[in-house]
Amino acid sequence: MAKPLTALSSKAVPLLRNNIDTDTIIPSREIKGVTKTGLAGGLFAGWRYESGREINSDFILNWPQFKGAQILLSGANFGCGSSREQAVWALAEYGFRVIVAESFGGIFYNNCIANGVLPVRLPNRSIALLAKMDTDIEVNLKTQMIGGISFKISAPHKHMLLSGLDAIDLTNESMDSLQAFEDAYFAKYPWVKL
Amino acid sequence: MSALTLFEKLWQAHKVSDLDGGEDLVYIDRIFLHERTGGVALVSMEQAGRKVRRPEHVFATMDHIVDTHPGRGDETLMPGGTAFITTTRRAAKAAGITLFDLDDKRQGIVHVISPEQGIVLPGLTIVCPDSHTCTQGAFGALAFGIGSTQAEHAMATSTLRLTKPKSMLVDFDGALQIGVTAKDMILHLISIYGAAGGRGSAIEFAGAAVRALDMEARMTLCNMAVEFGAFTGMVAPDDKTYAWLKDKPYAPKGAAWDKAITDWQGLKSDAGARFDKTIRIDASKIAPTVSWGTSPAQSTPLSQKIPKPSSQEDKKSLAYMGLEGGKKISSLEIDAAFIGSCTNARLSDLRAAARVLKGHHVHRNVRAICVPGSSAVKRAAEAEGLDIIFKQAGFEWRESGCSMCFYAGGEGFGKGQRVISSTNRNFEGRQGIGARTHIASPATVAASAVAGHICSASGLEVSRG
Repeated sequence: MAKPLTALSSKAVPLLRNNIDTDTIIPSREIKGVTKTGLAGGLFAGWRYESGREINSDFILNWPQFKGAQILLSGANFGCGSSREQAVWALAEYGFRVIVAESFGGIFYNNCIANGVLPVRLPNRSIALLAKMDTDIEVNLKTQMIGGISFKISAPHKHMLLSGLDAIDLTNESMDSLQAFEDAYFAKYPWVKL
Repeated sequence: MSALTLFEKLWQAHKVSDLDGGEDLVYIDRIFLHERTGGVALVSMEQAGRKVRRPEHVFATMDHIVDTHPGRGDETLMPGGTAFITTTRRAAKAAGITLFDLDDKRQGIVHVISPEQGIVLPGLTIVCPDSHTCTQGAFGALAFGIGSTQAEHAMATSTLRLTKPKSMLVDFDGALQIGVTAKDMILHLISIYGAAGGRGSAIEFAGAAVRALDMEARMTLCNMAVEFGAFTGMVAPDDKTYAWLKDKPYAPKGAAWDKAITDWQGLKSDAGARFDKTIRIDASKIAPTVSWGTSPAQSTPLSQKIPKPSSQEDKKSLAYMGLEGGKKISSLEIDAAFIGSCTNARLSDLRAAARVLKGHHVHRNVRAICVPGSSAVKRAAEAEGLDIIFKQAGFEWRESGCSMCFYAGGEGFGKGQRVISSTNRNFEGRQGIGARTHIASPATVAASAVAGHICSASGLEVSRG
């Protein structure tokens, strides 16, 4: 069960680079336990820290004006690469609830939905506009608006985020039709059943 | 009835129902887990009090952070790594799923052992919380990577809630030149169309050059579909597919096999089937290819120069890689060579590298490592003496696992070290903090290891006279 997301207002951190992969979002060396928590410290570790754990003050996430920001802006193909859901768990634990990018890695996008993080696809020029705003940016999922710009999201994804519902609970409501499907399916393809 | 794509046939066969708002409930036939992302899913299910619905259809392996030195146990070089192994082992047993543990002869990298065991079959849906699950699309299956939470959903319900991806045909027409491999095909494709060129699509790889590939090369091709941004890649099954799978432990036997073959023969795109997008590539124009930057899209033929930067990103990549545009890529001296991973560590890959290495030694400045993709691959390679060739050439010969394909805090390459690698990702820090990865085919890796600089296998022959 993820935290429901309806509306928020926050600064947006412009990390405007294409192909930011999940290894970069959370390097494998920062995944230290078999849990979904304790990951925020490893977020962007390769960029956030100098050698060891010294803060790299050049890295935009470390700039004081972006402390507490809940919105991250990026380029194309954000979250490409490894399926590691730790990337989303780290972003969420750090405080990000909204990621805006021209496009997303497919698995990463679904991982966002599963964890109450809103992935917003916008064209480059809209992201550039948001990046120029130095005030807080309003996000409203119900009206599908961010900083005065409308965005698209599929109805089921919107519903999941607004409600914070658990997908397994939802699917369990369809168990009767699943049983009927499975009976017919195994009859037709008997070798599939082990 | 209208002409259907292979992907459409797979989707329709597994569609349980329409969900509200455009998602489908899709039946999942097989689920694979590994200790890095699977253990956390099993634990999360336990905490929620959820059961695995069909444990007989769920498998797990130890591959990601296991030690690959001979005589290994549960101890890992990665700090804290042992907990991933022991937790996954305990949770897998509690859930009643099949585990290919460290001491199991069947152990290996998930996408190598699933085909070896006949767990993936044509027409199946198979998922794993691992992005390279698309490798298994080579068998005409709908095989795709998911997150850990989705893996919980698949285990609890035997389904996933999915938005149907768009379809794409990538047609490699013509014949590859000698010395050009599936790795070069996929790097070529990504370098032309970008790391998001296949964004969200279910890609069917087809054409004469794909038909001509053996099954292991088809796996290499499909493996890197995710580096192209795709939902997955697949190749329609044919006689090569059936021959490869016959008599594998989990493949159907006897009359069931015959019945399955009859069904599988229909698993191809019908003439006139429409794809949302089509890319055509003349395979004869593809050359041995190597990456120069920090995305697989930043790749170039070995004969070419490193491109001059055309964007801020190129500049950042070149700076990380310690390179200048305009220099010949083949002039770059290397510190290490790595042959391994779900991309290129099957028997045919090790044979290709061994052919280059036979009678030669790696350059004195190069550390060279070979990690077979599975324990079965390792045994098969040893049975034909490949291990001797690797060792005599100065390669370390390891136990199977993902190993140094990625750096998890244990073993890795050093800051500024240049590595030629048969793996799939050249991201910043992927193989070590500050390590500089160039991805290429196993033959290119082997040739470069001998030459001490980036070099194609044919280039090595020329320089030897």
